[in-house]
Amino acid sequence: MTRRNKIKLAIFIAVDALLVGFSLWMMARPEFHFGNFAVLNPKGIIALKERGLMFTSVLLMLFAVVPAYFLLFYFSKKYSAKNNSQNKYSPNLESNLIGALIWVVPSVVIFIIAGIIWKSTHDLDPYKPIESNIRPLTIQVVALRWKWLFIYPEQNIATVNFIEFPKDTPINFELTSDGPMSTFWIPQLSGQTYAMAAMSTKLHLMANDTGEFNGLSSEINGQGYSGMRFVAKATSQNDFEAWVESIKKSPDILNEDQYNELEKPSENNPRAYYSMVEESLYNNIMMKYMIPDKAK
Amino acid sequence: MSLLFGKLTLAALPHEWFTIAGTVSMMLGGLGVALFLTYYKRWKWLWTEWLTSTDPKRIGIMYFVVASLMLARGALDAGMIWLQQALSVGSSHGYLSADHFQQIFTAHGAIMVFFVTMGFLSGLINYIMPLQIGARDVASPLLNTLSFWLYVAGAVLINLFFVFGGEFAATGWLSIAPLSGIEFSPGVGVDYWIWSLQISGLGSLLAGVNFIVTILKMRAPGMTLMRMPMFVWTSLSSMVLVVSVFPILAMTLILLTLDRQFGTHFFTSGFGGNPMLYTNLIWSWGHPEVYILMIPAFGVYSEVVSTFSQKKLFSYKSLVVAAILITLLSVLVWLHHFFTMGAGANVNAFFGIMTGVIAIPTGVQVFTWLATMYKGKINFKQPMLWFVGFICTFTLGGVAGVMLGIPGIDFQVHNSLFLVAHFHTMAIGGALFGIFCGITYWFPKITGFMLNERLGKYAFWSWIVGFFVSFMPLYILGFMGAPRRLDHYDASLGWQWLFIVAGFGFLIICLGAALQVLQIIVSVIQRKESMDVTGDPWNGRTLEWATSSPPPVYNFAIIPEVRDRDAFWDMKQYAVIARSAADEAILSESRLPRPSDALGARNDTQKITYKDIVMPKNTAIGIYISACTFFFGFAFVWHIWWLVIASAIGAIVCLIVRSFDEETEYVITAVEVEKIESINKSSTFPM
Repeated sequence: MTRRNKIKLAIFIAVDALLVGFSLWMMARPEFHFGNFAVLNPKGIIALKERGLMFTSVLLMLFAVVPAYFLLFYFSKKYSAKNNSQNKYSPNLESNLIGALIWVVPSVVIFIIAGIIWKSTHDLDPYKPIESNIRPLTIQVVALRWKWLFIYPEQNIATVNFIEFPKDTPINFELTSDGPMSTFWIPQLSGQTYAMAAMSTKLHLMANDTGEFNGLSSEINGQGYSGMRFVAKATSQNDFEAWVESIKKSPDILNEDQYNELEKPSENNPRAYYSMVEESLYNNIMMKYMIPDKAK
Repeated sequence: MSLLFGKLTLAALPHEWFTIAGTVSMMLGGLGVALFLTYYKRWKWLWTEWLTSTDPKRIGIMYFVVASLMLARGALDAGMIWLQQALSVGSSHGYLSADHFQQIFTAHGAIMVFFVTMGFLSGLINYIMPLQIGARDVASPLLNTLSFWLYVAGAVLINLFFVFGGEFAATGWLSIAPLSGIEFSPGVGVDYWIWSLQISGLGSLLAGVNFIVTILKMRAPGMTLMRMPMFVWTSLSSMVLVVSVFPILAMTLILLTLDRQFGTHFFTSGFGGNPMLYTNLIWSWGHPEVYILMIPAFGVYSEVVSTFSQKKLFSYKSLVVAAILITLLSVLVWLHHFFTMGAGANVNAFFGIMTGVIAIPTGVQVFTWLATMYKGKINFKQPMLWFVGFICTFTLGGVAGVMLGIPGIDFQVHNSLFLVAHFHTMAIGGALFGIFCGITYWFPKITGFMLNERLGKYAFWSWIVGFFVSFMPLYILGFMGAPRRLDHYDASLGWQWLFIVAGFGFLIICLGAALQVLQIIVSVIQRKESMDVTGDPWNGRTLEWATSSPPPVYNFAIIPEVRDRDAFWDMKQYAVIARSAADEAILSESRLPRPSDALGARNDTQKITYKDIVMPKNTAIGIYISACTFFFGFAFVWHIWWLVIASAIGAIVCLIVRSFDEETEYVITAVEVEKIESINKSSTFPM
């Protein structure tokens, strides 16, 4: 290598090293704390199982991945034209044993993973109610442009962009939309399910811990997509009851007119609380798509 | 006026800074090219030598040019996305509105999939596949130029809103209903998206038919299916998928058009429509589509690893079976894109397991390539580096892919940046690295001179380092619960620094791309010192290396006869035996058949008798039909109904006129062939 090329190489390495170094420096910043890793830091039984599934599957795949990486680098070094003497060179190599191993190793790994998929998919089916001695709480969710409306049918209250529920109580979500599709997702509590107009989907979850958890849509649904966030607060049973009582004192009620006002597109909507909800509002929202002259 | 121009008014013309910037730069670029061509009097040359050419080699190079331009456009979009996401946090809202941002990532996705990856792969298949099967052309040269020009028409249409105004779709690269319906997307953006995909998709479909017929019917004598090079096998697999699934795309887009412009209700929420139907249809095309992009890249890697390990591909049959299995399985997994839509556990589990099963043939391929390296003599030239880089990224992406295929995990990472990181790992680390691998591998064949090695290595290292710096943060962000496509997020989430790191990765990648441009410029300047006079710079194994670099218009003066899977390797081995045989009589008595004439043509001692070669004439009909199709799409976007009708008639008239043209071929006489063959020893790129 000539001197000029060495200088070029040095500059090249320096530029890359500088950029990589800066990246590493960024990673040492204080925001890098585990609490921010929502998916890896679950506070609900479903999300906890889902994280476990991630770890299991990655561990299993390492049985195929580690050999692949090892062989890649080992062979690259050992059999490079520089190092390999003629006697190890075998230009027409075929081997039934290696040929069979090549099929068997990935197949075994995937066979085991297939079993795990079958079992875990049934176990973690979002439609499956969570077994518990405590009576579940139902919350109906309507994805609007661009806010979340929550209806508590048993308590006959409704909220926007905020929900509260007791911990260790199974929560049955029923989801629909009055607009484009959205997904309903509280990463620390469970995976997501789509909310779709004219349809009702289900999601079951349970928080094991108190705290405020971020909720969002991960499906693009228009202008206000990024601001369509809510907070899910898990509290004790007593705090939850007190909270319901406080909502009952709210001056606002959610009737058809109020709903039609709320349904208009708006971005970064503030939280709102309604002390009363029109009967079967959730069903009406869905059913209006069944009636031709009301459908949009 | 509305009768004449439809919905197109002056108000629709560009008036925002980014559309104006796009318009100005495109016009300046066009003006520069026009001036260049005029000054050097190259217009006629451009038209006769390139634009109207039916030579798949020329068409392949034109695909590369258009795809490179589109890559620049898509990369610009990527940079804008990253800049916005790094800036728009907390009280700051970045430099783009939500709407602009959404248009940009939609364009980025559609361009990178349809016009970059598809373009480069079509180019590679066009150039290399006929050479590898020992053919002089593809089955239908006319269809081939039409496919290319339809692709160009789509590429122009997707960029047209810069010049003619309006907007692009802001709905994500697949424009999921009902968001893409007229109610939620009333502008022309989704229509631009529909028609650019529809037109280029039609081109892909025609190319698919053409390539399948070429591979099945035009192989050199002796080349049985099980003697085809892996790249031909994977091209065939990919094209079978194209022909199977692109009609689904066409139909889905037609239904969406009907919904948007004629008031039907296939994909609306009300009136008995069902948006989930759209999701099902678009993914039953969309998932095979990602394999359409990946499978030919697998073929490139197979060729490269075998050539540079100087070793026969290990377990060729396994690779063929794997390619076929991937092709079949890829149409059985589309539902894994929407496990979260409330399908039952049995359905989800089935599609989850099928997704896992695809990992088996894919893993088999990886191990087969590794076994090919085993006991080889590996030359770490640029193509081999891209291969090693690919294994590193692809294995990582495969792990992420299997995770996404497990419904229980998918619920947590669906539509998150983890998913974005996964498919970029596959698209960049798999398909794009495969394209670079192929282009660096076949560059001497295409141009007749070698590609600068050192700059190529720097470019490779920049790409691979940049790739990891830029996408590892996205995997991490996925675990932090960050969804894709955010134009703004809260500062307390602690995401910003990761987006900034990703942006630095983007800059490293840009450095790599700049080095590649520099590499090509330097290689062209230094070409006199790096001529490939042998036609076989890598000690190749397949037929494309048996002809000169670049190949003559007819590829092979005499169609070679194939006796072995590595046809050219076999010929070279045979030539060694033949030369070492002291007596010609021994050779004639040996039970080995005669060495191929193609090899003989390169051997001065043997006298070859050439025959006349019939080749297709140039034709501009592909350009005319594509132009009509382009205006058809454009008119549909803006509701200019007279132009819709006129351009449809125009396209049909072109077809009818062409069908009366009986002299579509010309003859290269044996004398001319002999002359070309003797010059070819010192041939250069046709400048």
